[in-house]
Amino acid sequence: MRPENYQARSQPPSNEFELNFGPNHPGIEGNYAFRVKLNGDQVLEARADAGYLHRGFEKLMEGRLWIQNIALVPRICVPDPVPMEVCYSLAIEEIGGLEVPERAKWIRVMQLEMSRLAAHLFAFGGHAATTGMYTTMFWGVADRDLILDRFEELTGGRVYSIYNIPGGVRRDVPEGFLDRLSSLLDYLESRLPDYDNLFFTNQVFVKRARGVGAMTQEQALKWGVTGPNLRATGLEFDVRRDDPYLVYDQLDFEIPTESGGDALARNLVRRAELKQSIRILRQVIERLPSIEGPIRCPIPNPLAWNVPAGEAYTRVESSKGELAYYVVSTGGDKPYRVHVRGPSSMHAVQVLEKLALGARLEDIAQIMFSLDACPPEVDR
Amino acid sequence: MSDIPYKDKGSILRPFKSLQFFARPAVTQPLEPRPASDNYRGFHVNDWKKCIGCSTCQKVCDNAAITMVRVPGLPEDPVKGIRNERPAIDYGRCCWCGLCVDICPTGSISLTTEYVHTCREDELDSYFVLPDPNGIHGEHFPKGWDKTADADLVDLERQPMGELPGEERIDSFDEIVEGYTEQQAIVEASRCVQCGMCHDACPTHMHAPEYIRAIWEGDVEEAVRQMYRTNPFSHVCGRVCTHRCESACSIGRRGEPVAIRWLKRYAMDAVPDLRIREIAAEGKVDYISGRRIAIVGAGPAGLTAAYDLIRKGHKVTVFEALDKPGGMTRYGIPEYRLPYDRLDADVAVITSLGVQIQYNTRVGRDVTMDELRRDHDAVLIAIGLQLGRSTRIPGSDHPQVRRAVDLLRMITRGESFEVPERAVVIGGGNVAMDIARSLARLQKQQFGKVQITVCALEDFEHFLADPEEVTEAREEGIEILDSRGPKEVVIEDGRLTGLKTLGVISIFDEQGRFAPRYDQQDEQFHPGDMVIESIGQMSDVSLLGEELTERLEWNRGRLKVDEDGHSSEPWLWAAGDMVFGPDVVHAVADGHRVAASMERYLAELDSEKQDDGRTS
Ligand SMILES: Cc1cc2nc3c(=O)[nH]c(=O)nc-3n(C[C@H](O)[C@H](O)[C@H](O)COP(=O)(O)OP(=O)(O)OC[C@H]3O[C@@H](n4cnc5c(N)ncnc54)[C@H](O)[C@@H]3O)c2cc1C
Repeated sequence: MRPENYQARSQPPSNEFELNFGPNHPGIEGNYAFRVKLNGDQVLEARADAGYLHRGFEKLMEGRLWIQNIALVPRICVPDPVPMEVCYSLAIEEIGGLEVPERAKWIRVMQLEMSRLAAHLFAFGGHAATTGMYTTMFWGVADRDLILDRFEELTGGRVYSIYNIPGGVRRDVPEGFLDRLSSLLDYLESRLPDYDNLFFTNQVFVKRARGVGAMTQEQALKWGVTGPNLRATGLEFDVRRDDPYLVYDQLDFEIPTESGGDALARNLVRRAELKQSIRILRQVIERLPSIEGPIRCPIPNPLAWNVPAGEAYTRVESSKGELAYYVVSTGGDKPYRVHVRGPSSMHAVQVLEKLALGARLEDIAQIMFSLDACPPEVDR
Repeated sequence: MSDIPYKDKGSILRPFKSLQFFARPAVTQPLEPRPASDNYRGFHVNDWKKCIGCSTCQKVCDNAAITMVRVPGLPEDPVKGIRNERPAIDYGRCCWCGLCVDICPTGSISLTTEYVHTCREDELDSYFVLPDPNGIHGEHFPKGWDKTADADLVDLERQPMGELPGEERIDSFDEIVEGYTEQQAIVEASRCVQCGMCHDACPTHMHAPEYIRAIWEGDVEEAVRQMYRTNPFSHVCGRVCTHRCESACSIGRRGEPVAIRWLKRYAMDAVPDLRIREIAAEGKVDYISGRRIAIVGAGPAGLTAAYDLIRKGHKVTVFEALDKPGGMTRYGIPEYRLPYDRLDADVAVITSLGVQIQYNTRVGRDVTMDELRRDHDAVLIAIGLQLGRSTRIPGSDHPQVRRAVDLLRMITRGESFEVPERAVVIGGGNVAMDIARSLARLQKQQFGKVQITVCALEDFEHFLADPEEVTEAREEGIEILDSRGPKEVVIEDGRLTGLKTLGVISIFDEQGRFAPRYDQQDEQFHPGDMVIESIGQMSDVSLLGEELTERLEWNRGRLKVDEDGHSSEPWLWAAGDMVFGPDVVHAVADGHRVAASMERYLAELDSEKQDDGRTS
């Protein structure tokens, strides 16, 4: 905890105490502090304490050329960087009236779903670790690495692909890539029963996660919950379906939901989405070869590129929920303002503070991970 | 959920299914180095032969990780657009985004498949490296992220320039080039990467990156302001400059260079003349120095010097033999390339600052050098090269053998002469093209057809005239022959009937001296009733008078001056074509240089006077 947030209590009741949970702890993918007041092992009060990863991205973006920000935005969410690049690009494309070629759109969808797979493997792997099931985490991370291999091949970078730019993507799909992606999907699909046995149907997990950190659909809507966390409360809402972008309207996929609204339900939604992402990717693999043409529309020399004055609000469905960029241009060579509406800040601050109330100390990490919030994106 | 049919039937024993994994190979692979992907964005390599040190990588680098470092042993040539600087990369800042690769105008920089992102113990300072073709650890890793056609961030194609088609332009002296529209100019300006190679290459170091940027920003007045920092002949240069800037332009390495000259023209045309005068007057001192300067010749060299000196508060009088200013830019360059009103606009800016031009005053005839010296503190001669050279071949003294510059002057002045129905031009430079194309227009007007043959000494591979000139001349119906040396002008009964030429074997001897050798067997006859010699010009220095000519130092017929244009006489300078050349922008540069030297001289006079005042 930072000194300015600390308030000494003079005479706490003997059975109540404060615990600084974090900023380093197993509950989240990054540094994030959570201050709880406990009565025994039960949470009485909870206070989210964000800011450890604050780098001022939104402000930084105002000082950089439009194109330079493509190297910056993926850093906002390390485990799921692709939606950042795509969403930022979509906003500029909308303001600048750029026509993204069809092929680029399909390539973008491909990466977005690859990224979702990687992020979900990371998320439930992490959740498993909070309940002591480290094998799941090791497997999740190892399998995610295989996806990163494909990212490396496609984009030149394993984690920060920096591959989407306004107008399209930066390179075409390498020879034989789709075949390799296809076998990766076969492999991942063959792993699903293993994950089910090991984790999703494992009673150690099921029993511990059921009912923990539960919220109703009504609460979820009120608190600004989106993504798998919202769908775990039974609402079939997904930006890909309800406000389609790129070529999602040409793809067949389901929107998995659960009704429990708890940590278990949230993980099960993610588990089901793995299957849907694989399904989408298979369709992309089938369609992409027949979609010829450029991978990018011409853009001006990035050193002298004035995006026309205007503003755009674009949103995509990231692995963590609804991600949106609000970009304002005053016609200059740099953005006037970029606001990132990340799903994580709602999940990690207001939702977590509420869900933690009444929970037991050992479940805090679990609740946090089940929300799959991303501290660098909260802090930005 | 349907995906996991057994999910609620899970039992405490299910996890034990994973025991089967004991029989499977471990998920963790043994740690064997594997090559990175073909596209990998690892450490940089830079092909130093291709790299020109333009620093565009540095400009796009979003982490300020790139610093340009001078590497003294490397070639450096501003005219060719090569700097001996190379990018050094701070790997503490680099994020391997590869924008430097995608924007590199030359395509010299790329990223490798080198995976290991830490330095070895003996290279603790290697986080700041100067990538060369061998890579950071000298291990020659294959290229990873490299330039590809579909990922290029530089725009290699120029905005097309509208031109009058051949048939339409041939019977008039209307300007051929149409000029850019605002939209075209902005798009063209946006291609510039601000490397400044143009600035370095330009003889007068015009602030091209700045004015291109201003045009791109839509601020044409600022563009004009940037131009007037170095060039009071921007209308002229915007049309006829030999544009070294474009040869040095880094975009031209792989594509078409930015149309810097046409952008200059656009901005000058876009700002009203009166406003240009106001901009040019910015920074003029508001006192009168009391010094008087005489300049001989109202060409670009003389008038540029006049512009600089009047801005310093001196009284400047220009003596011009002819009745209009501009020198060769008016009396040489044909109107279809440079309309007179644009030249007039440039000169009007200079006279609006107070420069006096005395027309129809030939120094040496109407006024002597002695008188100039007597009435002024310093004198500059910038008389250009007004006399055409002769081939001195048999028959070249016939009255129907003319010099290109004389004819061009007559055409500009509207003096009448008998337009030949068939003409033969000797020479292969731009002046030959100018006279051939001017005559072609007159022929078309008078006879309805063009019959002109140009005989050049050089072959097409080493041709002197610009390729566009050759193309356009051909479009206008002119025949151009290469490797033809003039033998004799054929005269029958006192009437000129044509020119005999011989095939050229070589032009220069082994020492590189001009000594053409001809193939006597390969003779051709080119019929014509006028032969025009266009083989070079020389200066008419008779204005100096015998005594001064005697006193001055000479170098092979040229007045000897130091690099500032100062002659061996303390009060006398020379500038422009007569001492340096060969084009307008050099004349402008020379004008500035000489003006600065004269200014220093005057300042010395002033301080001497002050010293005298103190001692007396
Ligand atoms: C046909 C032709 C085409 C050309 N085309 C181009 C081109 O496309 N681009 C380019 O950059 N350059 C071009 N040039 C070259 C360019 O015109 C000259 O380099 C430039 O004009 C030189 O400037 P200057 O001031 O030194 O001399 P000049 O322009 O020759 O001016 C000298 C002035 O001095 C005057 N003068 C001479 N003697 C006396 C005297 N005794 N008393 C008073 N006044 C005198 C002359 O009348 C003249 O006005 C061309 C030249 C020619 C001949």
